[in-house]
Amino acid sequence: MLVYTVRRVLGAIPVLLLASVLTFVLIDLSGDPLADLRVMQPPPDPEVIQLQSERLYLDRSMPERYWLWMTGVGGNGDIGLLQGKFGPSTQSATYDIGANIAERLGVTLRLVGAAMVFALGLAILTGVVSAMRQYSKLDYTLTFVGFLALAMPTFWFAGIVQQAGVSFNELVGTQFFATVGDGTYQAQGLSPWGRFTNALAYMTLPTIVLMLTSFASWSRYQRTSMLEVLNSDYVRLARAKGLPNRVVVRRHALRTALIPLTTVVAVGMAAIIDGTVLTERVFQWRGLGEFFIQAVTANDSFALMAWLMLSGTTVILANLIADLLYGVLDPRIRYE
Amino acid sequence: MSENRAPDTVRKTAADGVGGVERTQLQMITRRFLRHRPAMISLALLIVIVLFAFVGPYLWTWDHLVHREVPPSVPPNADHPLGTTTAGNDVLGQLMRGAQQTLKVAFTVSVLGTVVGSLWGATAGYYGGRVDSLMMRVVDVFMIVPLLVMVAAIAGSVRGGTTWWAVALIIAAFSWAQIARVVRGVVLSLREQEFVEAARAAGASPGWIIVRHLLPNAAGPIIVAATLLVAVAILLEAGMSFLSFGIQLPDISLGQMIGDARTAASTRPWLFYPPGVLLVIICLTINFIGDGLRDALDPRQTMERR
Repeated sequence: MLVYTVRRVLGAIPVLLLASVLTFVLIDLSGDPLADLRVMQPPPDPEVIQLQSERLYLDRSMPERYWLWMTGVGGNGDIGLLQGKFGPSTQSATYDIGANIAERLGVTLRLVGAAMVFALGLAILTGVVSAMRQYSKLDYTLTFVGFLALAMPTFWFAGIVQQAGVSFNELVGTQFFATVGDGTYQAQGLSPWGRFTNALAYMTLPTIVLMLTSFASWSRYQRTSMLEVLNSDYVRLARAKGLPNRVVVRRHALRTALIPLTTVVAVGMAAIIDGTVLTERVFQWRGLGEFFIQAVTANDSFALMAWLMLSGTTVILANLIADLLYGVLDPRIRYE
Repeated sequence: MSENRAPDTVRKTAADGVGGVERTQLQMITRRFLRHRPAMISLALLIVIVLFAFVGPYLWTWDHLVHREVPPSVPPNADHPLGTTTAGNDVLGQLMRGAQQTLKVAFTVSVLGTVVGSLWGATAGYYGGRVDSLMMRVVDVFMIVPLLVMVAAIAGSVRGGTTWWAVALIIAAFSWAQIARVVRGVVLSLREQEFVEAARAAGASPGWIIVRHLLPNAAGPIIVAATLLVAVAILLEAGMSFLSFGIQLPDISLGQMIGDARTAASTRPWLFYPPGVLLVIICLTINFIGDGLRDALDPRQTMERR
């Protein structure tokens, strides 16, 4: 197991490297960080452009820039992923990409964490119920809801949910649902209980939005995997032994049926990251999604690359953890 | 129908013995698909939407652009059945154009992604070994990329406006990996079969074997994956446009319409709901058609998605 773990971790390194090359080449080729400066009216001094391009390392060749970006050796001390430095930003000379990401990470993680927990819980519940009542009205309804959720653009659904929150507030005459902002500022100086209700007010709607897509696809997987297990020989044996249905479902079937979900959840990380960008945009959270949009708008290559590497690493790590967990959960898998 | 092919005659007599009618593979698939009610309803609906998007603009008075004759911000009425925008666009005209651009992008992505993905996957599967593991590593990287974020980053960096085919190209460049994975899986099992060995023995080149022998035999899974890719592309394009990194004004797409109307959901609901509903219906129909095709082409597979 230890050997396998080490081998898998080492195996993730080439994937990460390949991802970094791809990210770098694509971002480097697709945009010009100085585009805004060049079209400025009145035209800036050529010297300013020269200085900026030196600051952003644009005067070097592409392989050299990649080397700089990864190691920082030969740079001005503000670059080098391996040293934990993300490079200079186009947004301003003092804009610190790393500090900005760190500041926003908490906001985004809060949303992603809540959405994942609720999506997973609900997906398991509906998946199992669907499987146990296969071809019932309930099963068909849940299946259709799943289909609908998968066909729904996240941001449109977000708009509807936001609207529903506003209508609810108006109807009941409260200000319960906050539909704009992430509530970090409002939470300052509140009691623990106050912070809890504040989080509830700000997080409920975005969490519902972000969990929808993941919930839909995970619940489909859970249904399939539960059906497969329910029709297997050992479950039939458990029933034949005369065990009560409750015990068969909970102790025998469900435990096995949960195993495939680990992989599915890991693969779903990428979709959640996509969803975060859209959800944060609609609810105007100052999280990593907004950071991303800012970086694209400002042609901030290094910020964009830092962001893409961070999300890429997250997905790769999630897959790695899922693979390792799989071995722990499923005793049939042996690595020797 | 052919006297010199023994298996056919045998099958015919066997079928006659139980009073059945002989059907070719294609007929059987068509029959199964035609009997798949959700898929058939979806297909009819999709044809209507395609007509709406591509023929509609020729029949309707207003296009998607701003016109001085269009009164701004008017709710649905007789002259403008879906109302107008604040700038003075007819929403019905926008909806037709938006659906058209969305569908053009989606179908282009599906074709490009399928061609690239199938060739990539088939090559990896056919050669196996080192080539396979190297090529599939690349696929792995593309599979873990958050698609929307990636295409938005690229499209947003390209300055000077992105046209619909540029958007399609960018989306296709990142969404072929799923197809490659599916095709490789099929080809891995196909390449061990006798007809491939026979072709090789007859001196066929690897390229010929891949294109003429392996890919046609993988057609079923490829068609299904290509259909589902259409839905993926539609949602990606919509997301890009919503973040305003997709098709640029004055051209319009459904995602962009939703993005523009985002803050107007309560005050001018006629701007917000129609493009979203249309988008959902298009995606739903395509997903149902994909399911119908899967059931028709490969009855052993279940309703399992992806």
